[in-house]
Order: sequence, then structure tokens, then C-alpha cells
Amino acid sequence: MKFYRTHVLVAQDTKSILAGSKRIEETLIEEIKLAGLENEIRVIPTGSLGYSENNQVAIAIYPDNIIYAPVLTSSVKEIVEEHFLKGRIIKALAHPMKHKEISMEERTSENQLNIDVQKRIILKNVGQINPESIHEYIAADGYMALEKALSEMTPESVIEEMKTSELRGRGGAGFPTGLKWQFTRPNPGPTKYVICNADEGEPGTFKDREIMEGDPHKMVEGMILAAYAVGGTDGYIYIRGEYNLSINRLQKAIDACYEYGLLGKNILGTDFSFDLCIHTGAGAYICGEETALINSIEGKRGEPRKKPPYPPSQGLWQKPTLVNNVETFANVPAIINHGGEWYKTLGVEGSYGTKLFSLMGDLNWKGTIEIPFGTTIGKIVDTIGHGVRYDRVLKGIILGGSSGSLIVPGELNTPIDFQSLSRIEAGPGSGSILVMDETRCIVDICLNIAEFFRHESCGKCTPCREGNAQICHLLEMISYGYGLPEDLEKLERIANTMMETSFCPLGQTAPSVLLQALKKFRGEFLAHIDENICPAGVCEINFVEEECSCG
Amino acid sequence: MDNKTVTIKINGVEYTVDGGSTILEACRKAGIEIPTLCYMEDVCDEGSCGICVVEVLKARTLQRACITQVFEGMDIKTNTPKVRLARKTIVELILANHPKDCLNCSASEICELRKISYDLGVTETPFEQTKELDLPLDLTSPAIVRDLNKCILCRRCVKVCEVVQSVNVIDIAGRGINSRVSCFMDKGIGESYCTNCGQCIKVCPVGALTEKSDIGRVWDYLSDPTKHVVVQTAPAVRVAIGEEFGMPVGSLVTGQMAAGLRRLGFNGVFDTDFSADLTIMEEGTEFLGRLTKVLGGEEASLPVITSCSPGWIKFIEHYYPKCLPNVSSCKSPQQMFGAVSKTYYAEKMGLDPRNIICISIMPCTAKKYECLRPELDDAFDHWKDKLMLKDEDHFQDVDAVLTTRELGRMMKEGGIDFVNLPDESFDSPLGESTGAAVIFGATGGVMEAALRTVYEVVTEKPLPKIELEAVRGMQGIKKADVPLVKPDGTEIVAKVAIASGLGNARVLLEEVNNGTSPYHFIEIMACPGGCLNGGGQPICDDPNVCEKRASAIYQQDEALTIRKSHDNPEIKKIYEDYFEKPNSHKAHELLHTHYIERDIYEQEKE
Repeated sequence: MKFYRTHVLVAQDTKSILAGSKRIEETLIEEIKLAGLENEIRVIPTGSLGYSENNQVAIAIYPDNIIYAPVLTSSVKEIVEEHFLKGRIIKALAHPMKHKEISMEERTSENQLNIDVQKRIILKNVGQINPESIHEYIAADGYMALEKALSEMTPESVIEEMKTSELRGRGGAGFPTGLKWQFTRPNPGPTKYVICNADEGEPGTFKDREIMEGDPHKMVEGMILAAYAVGGTDGYIYIRGEYNLSINRLQKAIDACYEYGLLGKNILGTDFSFDLCIHTGAGAYICGEETALINSIEGKRGEPRKKPPYPPSQGLWQKPTLVNNVETFANVPAIINHGGEWYKTLGVEGSYGTKLFSLMGDLNWKGTIEIPFGTTIGKIVDTIGHGVRYDRVLKGIILGGSSGSLIVPGELNTPIDFQSLSRIEAGPGSGSILVMDETRCIVDICLNIAEFFRHESCGKCTPCREGNAQICHLLEMISYGYGLPEDLEKLERIANTMMETSFCPLGQTAPSVLLQALKKFRGEFLAHIDENICPAGVCEINFVEEECSCG
Repeated sequence: MDNKTVTIKINGVEYTVDGGSTILEACRKAGIEIPTLCYMEDVCDEGSCGICVVEVLKARTLQRACITQVFEGMDIKTNTPKVRLARKTIVELILANHPKDCLNCSASEICELRKISYDLGVTETPFEQTKELDLPLDLTSPAIVRDLNKCILCRRCVKVCEVVQSVNVIDIAGRGINSRVSCFMDKGIGESYCTNCGQCIKVCPVGALTEKSDIGRVWDYLSDPTKHVVVQTAPAVRVAIGEEFGMPVGSLVTGQMAAGLRRLGFNGVFDTDFSADLTIMEEGTEFLGRLTKVLGGEEASLPVITSCSPGWIKFIEHYYPKCLPNVSSCKSPQQMFGAVSKTYYAEKMGLDPRNIICISIMPCTAKKYECLRPELDDAFDHWKDKLMLKDEDHFQDVDAVLTTRELGRMMKEGGIDFVNLPDESFDSPLGESTGAAVIFGATGGVMEAALRTVYEVVTEKPLPKIELEAVRGMQGIKKADVPLVKPDGTEIVAKVAIASGLGNARVLLEEVNNGTSPYHFIEIMACPGGCLNGGGQPICDDPNVCEKRASAIYQQDEALTIRKSHDNPEIKKIYEDYFEKPNSHKAHELLHTHYIERDIYEQEKE
């Protein structure tokens, strides 16, 4: 084996690639070659390093424990000459946020940016290994859990371990994973399907992508383990078509697994066989709902089915089917490796383990984070997000995606866990935290969300199809200054009807932000209606007003 | 399905119900009305409209009664403020995007949306329209008009086309507020492989689907003094038209119908039953011919499949063109009547065939399509050389088809007090018919009528019992073995099968297509239950409508003295005077036809 004195990891997640990280990688290799260092320094592509905001490319250098960001093609020569040849750190390029070198200890002790807050179990390998190499995954204890399960555990004991961990599904509903597996197992085969729901379509949610781009094998291993536990014979990864890089990396991971006997017939020499393939979605949000997803794989129109029958008894092609989210599967290897009891040491009572969030909005730092349950929303905003940008005042937070909930500054002390959040009528939802500052208009935000749901409602049931269109229309009227006082009651009436009578969770949750906004920011709605002003100055109402006063 | 009984509470009262039933079924059994715009037993359980919601104790949200199964101890409340408000809001949301032209909507009298909004106390439309109601009328089909602006997307039509008829010509396209019922590539339904069966019209809760009306054209013919307008009425019309005037379901009103038609101004009021008898003579002979051939070791296509139902004919042309040789070459009774009226009748009455207008009253929308099929215009070909007709003189055998519903509307428009009309009889010579013909209207009727004649032709003995119970009833597929003993003592067992509804037809057709069909003779009707439940029949919410209409049909059969087609004196006469014998050369010219292989996506194949 070749020995390299230095490893350079180039972030190559979608954002970094868009920012030009492939060019950076090529230039690095070129410059290193020019400097004659190609046998001493190795360049490796990796997942997100967490510095890809504002079209920046980041690279990490080991064992020097340096992260350079932003790296431009023009700065590559300098890095090679100064750092690699002369061993001098370029202070100006080192991580701009803290302006200090981040030590290897800090990074490897399951912390990346924020030593106190984040805990990396699921994202352990992201930004550390080359996601396209099965060797690197195996070197990072990959497929150890699979080997353990196949050699030492029965499928029942795998399910027991999952039940002990009390892992709850990460797709949004929070259904206990072990229980779901237990329901699936006794249903008669021989064909049983295991589906990974990778149709991450919630606006502003990109945490599953981080796993698939940065550590695809972890999810694949989780799926194989699930298949072993429930008796699955065939697997599908239903992934949104836009996730090109994820699709490529997952396909490479699957190919490698087949090559290494980790997929296919007689996995690791046992009687257990499992096949896995990728199915790409065509961009319908509804296909994130598990029965609509199943319809979509079957080649049918993406629409929810009635339940019962639930997928564990009759799912894909009427066969027993287990559907779990990417993040749920990515939790499995660690649980099998270290045990369910160990998993319960993370998080808080009733919500164990860590949770990924896509942190974004008006913050100083944005990106995917992994926190143990129990961390307060305020801490995430202040410590990980480094506070609201431009020193503005926080207005509110949309937690859990467009169908999530609206959190106001008074609720920042709420810990993120299922129980505490349910007390403020919220939930982790899709796993996104959207922070809004004072310059945002609540009517505009609600309208934006309503437009999304108007477009994405499948149209099957009346409340969702007509309700979303009606909400959109009413909010448009309010934002243009044509709102009427009774419109707010109308909005509430439609929203409540949708929550009560929609066929599937899409329609049931679509108006939840609106309903909370009507409660928590009623004054702002009334300002649009009664006084014809948009206090935040966002809605076009103001321009209408000006035109009138001129005329 | 769990068939154990469970105890549930509905509005505080305990009921013991079947464990496999839905809340809706349980409520209806308990006499509690649950409004719905999409549910139809055995057809549509999509749960799309959302109006049937009820409160279930401990459930997170309101539950759809139509798709939620009951469980032990379930506590259901169907009449709470929450339920009423939700239902009302949903109806108001539908109304926001529904054209409010109830005054001139052809469905105004039967519109379920209108009824539900009234019942739920919807007195205003608080919500504004959120989509353009500018989809053009789909007038591409000769039978069905689609006004998608009125569509409330309940999906009953989609499901009836898929589940009952297995035609699958329509489905939902587009997403959310832009979703709509669509044919392949958004084409018109007339450009698709639609069979024109009209079952979708019957299930539409609003006026989005209607038959293409020919009332105006028929009025024009009637007011033209140069025209001799004759009318034929199908067997199933007489047991249903009364419903259009508020009479009970299954009222037999043959005499009043004839009287009403005469008062509308028809010059000859005749009966399709006459040509139904003619069909039996032709089809029975054809069947016996093929059967004898096969038994004698010669080549012939068995089973013989009936050809009376034009929806069915289009279905087999599209889906099983390989099986077309099995279909009887006989025209349907409507077309036989048309041909006879413009040849035999014209000659007998000394009328110029160009001045005869033949109108038919049918329980069927597919007949509107059938009368346009060019290969059926044999009367014109018959006269072409004799009268030196030019192409522009071309006339159809049947000029216009009205459905039962349209006739009802026409009579109302004509100010006819139908209920109080006296009984009158049909005109001669095309008005005499037998019990065998009248039962054509029910599924199994053609088979029974044919067997009454075939039996006597083969055995040369009178039937011991006229009623063939084995082929009666509303089951989708019926089978029977009929032993026929020839005078010389040899026995033939005729194996027959009957299917009504195209989904059931497909089951029998698959066997024919694979060459595994054990039958000699198959009757197929496109509509479930046969013509009495045809796409042109009055729309009725009585769940036993088919049985009631069928019993009226069998009642008429029993009341008639002549009950076998070959005993019909007018039939005997037409063979003596005109056709010589069944399947003669002339009969082939006027009473038989051929079929066209069609693709599913293209209209016609070379």
C-alpha cells in the first residue's frame, strides 16, 4: 500500500460541485503533480464539509487538521506552494467563520463545527471518507453491523434490538421503527419489499441528500439489515430524479455491494438474499407519501391509497412492504453495532438518538446539522447558526418544512423532541429549520407555502384540491390589499376542514403553518386587511397604495 | 375480511354489525343517511369527495365513512357541529369552481350536488372561483358529451369504466386544481377507444356527462310534412320510461308509450321487438348452421357470440379483434328494423325510401354510434340501382336514436300527460312481437329467446317449459347446459354462457381468445344487467332497479300469447313475402353485416 503524508479532502456534495469543486479537485491534482508531490499528497473527494454556503468550495487537509474555505482555482497554487511544499498554513483562507484552525480532535470526536451542540452518528463519515469507495466505508467500520447480524443474530433479535433502541421513523410521522418491522415480518412472503423513501421533496429540506451524497453505503447497509430483519427479498430506493449526485453515488454503492457479495444471492455466504435497485421519481411531492410512492413504483398515478391495508400487509404489488426514510435506515448500522441500549444514551426520554436538520434561512451559518434530541431550538439558532444574520431580530421559525409548524421567539426554549414539540403543536417533521428575520412578511410566507401546496396537491380529494387553491386565492387577495375582514375566518374554516377531512397527510398538514400564523401573527394579517399596509414591506400592497396616492 | 360481528355505537345507540363492513354500510343499515358524492357500492370507493366524514371517538381526524372499517367498540357520531361544518365547507369549496347554470343544466333534476347542497343547508357560495372554467365541450363522440367544467372529480366515471366495464378509456390527468378526467393524450372521447356504453353518464352525480341529444333533429323531422317518420322502441324502454314521469321503478307502460309516441306525431309507431324476433330467426339459424358444421367435422367458428349490443361490438373490435369471426354476423335488432323499414315496409306501403325517416328509442347511448356506422346502411345500397340514386342521396338505415331519457324529455316538451295516457297498440306490419323479443331487454334474454326457437327447430317438439330459469338473474356471468334431443334420438348438449357488463365479457372473451372456451353460444351485453340498465335509461337511485325492471319484462313476456319468435305471424309473413327463409341471400344483404378490426389508440386498422 502506498503511503501518503498528506490527504486533501475536497467537498463534493451537490452544492460544492455547483460551486466548482470538480475544477478545484482537477487543479489540485495538476498543481500537486507540477510540484512533484503526487506520491506524497493524495486528493480525495468527499461529502459535504459544511462550508458550501455562498458558492464556496471547502477542502480539508489531514493530518494538519486545516479546513480552507473558500478555495478558488486561483488560490490552489498558493495552497500547494505554501502549505504542501513549505508547510505554512495560509491563515487568510482558513475557516472564515471562526478564523481558527480546527483540530483533528475536534473533528473526529464526533463534532465538526460546533463542539458542544452537534453529535455525529449518522453523518460520522460524511466529509471524512470518499463516498464512492466501499473500501473507505469498510475501513470506517462499514458493514460490520451487517456481518454481526448475519453471523450472530436472528432476524427476530435484530427487530428486538431496534425495539430496544426506540428509534422513531425520521420521515415525519415518528412511528416506532422496530414496531413497523415487527408488523412486516410475520406477513407471508415469499416476496417482500423493502423500500427506502428518498423522495426528499419538502421545500428547504436537504438532510437525506447529505447522507446519500456523503455516505451512501450507510443507508444501503441499513436497508440490507432491514431486509434481513423483516424477510425482505427485493428493495427499491425511491429517490427524487433531481438528486443526480445521490443517484450516481447510490448506484456505485449498490454495484460495489453486488461485487463484494453484500447484495444479491447468499449475502456473506449465508442463506439470506436481497436485491436492491434505484427507482427515480418524476418530481411529484405527493410521492413522498408512502402509498403514493408505491403507486408510483407500480407505474400508476402518484396518489395515496386508502389504508388499511397498510403497506406492511399489502404494499407494492399487494405484497408486504416496509417503507422507511433514508435517515431511519442510516441509523440502523450504529444501533446494531453498539446495541439499542447504547442508542438510548443519546437524546431524551421518548426521543432517542440524534436527528438531522437542514438549517437555513436568515442565519449566519446554514447547512445540515446533526443534533441529539433534546437540544433547544434557541441553541441551534444561536450556537450552530451563529444567530440571525445582519444582527436582525428573529421573527419566527418554520420547523419541519412547509407542512410543519411556526415557532415564535417565545418558544425558542423548547427542546427538539417529540413530546416537547407536541406541546407547542409542532414536530420535527421533515427535518428542516427555516429561520425568518423581521424583514419577512407572514402573509407572503404563507402565500408562498400555499402556492407550493396548490401546485403539489395530487387532486384526489376535494378538501386538499379545492382547499389549497382557495387558500392561495384568499392569501393573494390579502397580499395585494384586497383582503376582507371575513377572509381570516374563511381561511381558518378551510384550513380546519382540510386538516380534518383530507385523504392523506399532504392535505391534513398543508395548512398547519397558516393556522398557526393566523393565531400568532393575526395582527400582521389585519394590518394588510384593515390598514392596507404590509408592515414588513414585502407585499405589493404598498405599491398599490403609492399608485393610488399619486393618482 | 373479518366477518365476525362487532358491536358499535352510532350516535349513542348500540348496533351489532358485520365486522367487515364500513361505517357507511353500518349507518345505512341503521337507517342513518350519510351524504356522499363519490361512493358507489362495488364501483367507487375512492374516498375522493370527503363529504361522508363522521366523527369517531379517539380518531385524530374525521373519518371517511365510505372507506373506514368498523371495529369492536367503535363510537361513531354522524351529526355533530364539526361534521356538519366540514361537510358544508367541502360542498362550498366544490361550488366555488362549479358553473352555476343549474337552470339550464340537463342534469338539474337529478343532480346530486344540487341535492346535497340543499340538504346540507348551503345557502350561499362564500368562496370565489379559483380556476378558469373554460374547457371546451367535448363533442367528439356521437353518443357522449363531456362538459369538464361541471366535473367535480368524484371519479365514479373513471371507476365504472375501469372496474365494471374494464374499458379504461378515461383517467385523471393533471395535478391538483388542474386535474381533470381525460382520455389518452387529452383527445376527445370520440377519438378514443370508448365503447359509448354510457355507464359513465349514469353514475355522474352532476351534468358533466350527458348523452348527445338528438331531440332537435327529431322535432325537425316530425314537423317536415314530406317525411314519413317511423319510430321503433326497444324492449327495455317500456319498463323504464314511466320513471321519467314519476311512476314507480319497474312500471310496465307499453301501451302508454305507444300512445305518447303517436301523439308526438310519428307516422308509424313500431316495435324493435319485431326485429328482435327477426334477429332470433337469423341468429338461431346461423348458430345451428355453425354448430351442425362443427359436429359434422367441418370448420366453423364456435362459440357464436351475439351481436345485439353495439357497445360490446366496439369493445371486441378494439380489444379482441382476433375473436371477430366468432361474432354473429346478424345486425342488431335496431339496424334490422332500420333496413326492413326502408325496404320491405317502403315497398309494402309504396313509399319512397328517401322520405322515410326511421327513429329509434333505445335504452342505449352506443346505438347513437351504431346508426352512424357506414357499413350498416344497406337500404341505400338496396335502392341505389333500382332508383338510380346518387351518392348525395345517401341515407342511413336508422336516422336518429333517442335514449329513454331523451324520449321522456321530448314528451314533457310536447306537453304529453304520460301518466294519464290510454293504452294503445303498435301499428302493423312491424309492430307485432312475441314474448321472446321482449325479454331481449334483460341479460340472458337473447339466449332464452334463441333457445326457445333452437329447441323446437332441433327437437321438432314444443318446449315443455318456456321459462329458462338458468339464464335469468342479475349475475354477471351465467352458464347453462341445454340438452337438445333430435327426432332420431341423438342428443346435442348446447353449452351456453351469458355475460353482462364488459368486465364480465372480458372474462369469457379471454377464453375464446385462448381457444379454451367450452361454449357453443355466448350472449354478451355491454351494460351490467343488460339493456334494462343501459346507458340511456332513466337515472335512478333504487339499488334494485335492475331486478324491478327485469320482473316487468318477464311479466310482459308471460302476458303475451305468442312467446316464441318463429310463431310470430308477421315474421312468418315477412319470410313468405320477402326474405324466403332465414340466412337467405336477401337476408344476408339486409340483415347481416361485418366487423372492423380496430386498434386501441388508432381508430381503424387496415
